[in-house]
Amino acid sequence: MARKILLEHAHIAGIETFDTYRKNGGYEALEKAIKTMTPEAVVEEAKKSGVRGRGGAGFPMGMKWGFLAKPEGVPRYLVCNADESEPGTFKDHYLMKTIPHLLIEGMIISSFALGANKSFIYVRGELMYVIQILEKAIAEAKAKGFLGKNILGSGYDLELVVHPGGGAYICGEETALLESLEGKRGNPRNKPPFPAVKGLYQSPTVVNNVESIANMVWIINNGGEAYASIGIGRSTGTKLISASGHIRKPGVYEIELGLSVDEFMNSDEYCGGIREGHHLKALVAGGSSVPIIPARLVYKTANGEDRLMSYESLSDGGFATGTMLGSGGFIVFDETACIVRNTWNFSRFYHHESCGQCSPCREGTGWMEKVLHRLEHGHGHMRDIDLLVDVAKKIEGNTICPLGDAAAWPVASAIRHFRDEFEWHVTHPAEATKPGAVYMGEAVLI
Amino acid sequence: MEDIKPQLFKITFDGIEVEVEPGTTIMQAARRIAEADASQGHLVPPAMCYYKPLEGSGGKCRACLVRVAQGSAKDTRPMPKLVPSCITQVQDGMVVENVTNPAVLEERKAIVEFLLLNHPLDCPICDQAGECHLQDFAYEHGSSNQRYEEERRTFEKHDIGPYIQLHMTRCILCYRCVYTADQITEKRVHGVLGRGDAAEISTYIEKAIDNDFSGNVIDVCPVGALTDKTYRFKNRVWFSKPVDAHRDCDKCSGHVTLWYRGEEVIRVTARKNEWGEVQEFICNTCRFEKKKTSDWVIEGPTKVVRSSVVSANKYRADTVKKPDFALRLANSQYKPIDDSRPFITDDETIRQLSIENNKKANERSLAENSNN
Repeated sequence: MARKILLEHAHIAGIETFDTYRKNGGYEALEKAIKTMTPEAVVEEAKKSGVRGRGGAGFPMGMKWGFLAKPEGVPRYLVCNADESEPGTFKDHYLMKTIPHLLIEGMIISSFALGANKSFIYVRGELMYVIQILEKAIAEAKAKGFLGKNILGSGYDLELVVHPGGGAYICGEETALLESLEGKRGNPRNKPPFPAVKGLYQSPTVVNNVESIANMVWIINNGGEAYASIGIGRSTGTKLISASGHIRKPGVYEIELGLSVDEFMNSDEYCGGIREGHHLKALVAGGSSVPIIPARLVYKTANGEDRLMSYESLSDGGFATGTMLGSGGFIVFDETACIVRNTWNFSRFYHHESCGQCSPCREGTGWMEKVLHRLEHGHGHMRDIDLLVDVAKKIEGNTICPLGDAAAWPVASAIRHFRDEFEWHVTHPAEATKPGAVYMGEAVLI
Repeated sequence: MEDIKPQLFKITFDGIEVEVEPGTTIMQAARRIAEADASQGHLVPPAMCYYKPLEGSGGKCRACLVRVAQGSAKDTRPMPKLVPSCITQVQDGMVVENVTNPAVLEERKAIVEFLLLNHPLDCPICDQAGECHLQDFAYEHGSSNQRYEEERRTFEKHDIGPYIQLHMTRCILCYRCVYTADQITEKRVHGVLGRGDAAEISTYIEKAIDNDFSGNVIDVCPVGALTDKTYRFKNRVWFSKPVDAHRDCDKCSGHVTLWYRGEEVIRVTARKNEWGEVQEFICNTCRFEKKKTSDWVIEGPTKVVRSSVVSANKYRADTVKKPDFALRLANSQYKPIDDSRPFITDDETIRQLSIENNKKANERSLAENSNN
């Protein structure tokens, strides 16, 4: 069995309650941090651990904490981004509902490290029952003296607020989240200034993902160096992967970074292989916003090396032959999946979720969706394929926030790797529109 | 005692060196160059959402994207993505490529295309024709081809009061009117509803916009989405004669432009600078209720500086520039900038050098034409 850091105690009945969590070593990290360490020492452990942000971008968390401005007399905030809503990603949701005190403990430790006396957990509004679980956990921690005024007699105060979001994907983008938290329309802000300088209420703010913050508990208990020894290269520690699609055992798995994609996909401990009688066709490794890769690039990189579940290996070769680990939304497609329909589906999502603030994203996402709709429904032209590539290129990198990239990458990569399937939809419109009809070209099957 | 001058930042914008104060944006630096030499006005990046008098505006339309080829003298690396010049502050030693970078021109063409996707091409019947920033932007930076085959987005018409006509179908979501209402009126009753390309400017349950300064949203709208109900369909802007005038007003400065058709004042607007930005916001009384010459003290004809059909064939025949083919040629033959050249800082020298350069270019062009 692989080592588990976050889900080690997840199987224990009643772990969502304070008492059971405490009996199983809960809040020991907090006691250690608050009684024996300085905030700077906690930040140092985070830096030593090499843990990277688990929300998708993979930015080193300790370095992000190091950027936090510390002006005199200005409050600092820690905001936990629990607005997980990328299609195919559901790991934070699972973590929060299964073992909520892990997040609460991580929040208290991280807030202590950053000098924040008020922290927020911004949860997607649809997950009301998760919000209730978190609020119950906060009340328990407060009643036991682990949260609130003078935590464990240390003199450190922390108020923790669970804030439901309105249910917009864009509010998962850190600056849009802060706007939403301030009670405004969830539009991303132009950067700079970055939240570390001017964030929530114009004060220095750190925004971290649920999984990133939860990792701090193990890091404090065992030390940053111990965490850094897990994983491979600059991809340290473990990662929660939400696996879905045409596999035998969909679910949330905790893996050590560096595990081979082959083992993750096919071993019984994890996904259990492609569903019986079918072949792998494509993989989206890190949530719907990352580039899709064809079967031939799933287990091996373009250089013929084993593809690993790590930030570096998955992105090997850039977008030409690689993808991204992203948020860990592992979506598997077998040969029954229509790539054009799937791309249209993703595109429909990003069109619907674009905030509409900047022109390339507002207009471009809708344009791509409409062209893909035409292609999928047998009304496309050959020129539409190049048009899609061009529009995606014009959006990518030119928008205020990364939603433009998230909309462009799936389209551009699908055409890059499955162009013949798009062409088939143009040349065989009647067949393509039949229910369940998919392109069975040899080039895309392994 | 020696005067302490603030340290200035030297930047290179399209090969032209200029010194500006720290905190200046790239757009403002470009405007400084154009203000020193009017012939360089075409170098200023276009702005559809940026509006200097409105705090927080800019960064949305992406029309002003430029390439930063060198971040600063200390960090000589280029910036990885194109950056919006209207909100990006300069750094000492920054090298910016605007019309000298093909990628910028290509993206600008794309932005025109994006903005025109859902914007109705109804210029012949639109009241903004002749003073529409999108029209100018499309003419200067766009392509004559249209690749969009889908149905355009349309909106239901809303009645938002007696003075302002909202034609949402023409809106490009620049947010200028929202910022205006936010910043200069006491209560804002309108804003952006919805998301993505379904987002719209609207009022809360079709409420009227009825505060004293609401008319300013008409002036800041770059397209024909918000127009003056008291002026609509009365005249084409290029047939009217703008005249500067003022009056004693207890609500605003009373400095306006009167638009005449013959002897009749058909429209009153705030005065705008050469970048099309309102200099002083005016009240609704001045704008909608004072339409007699006797209400005003006339100052004289408005000096229209910006390239505009309003000034064409009227004051200066040369204000409408022809497409600059020489510039496009220069783009294709662009070479990296030689940073060993000394910086020229005073406006007068920049102006003189620019005049000389233009003169040389004209002579070259004439010589080539005569050879052909």
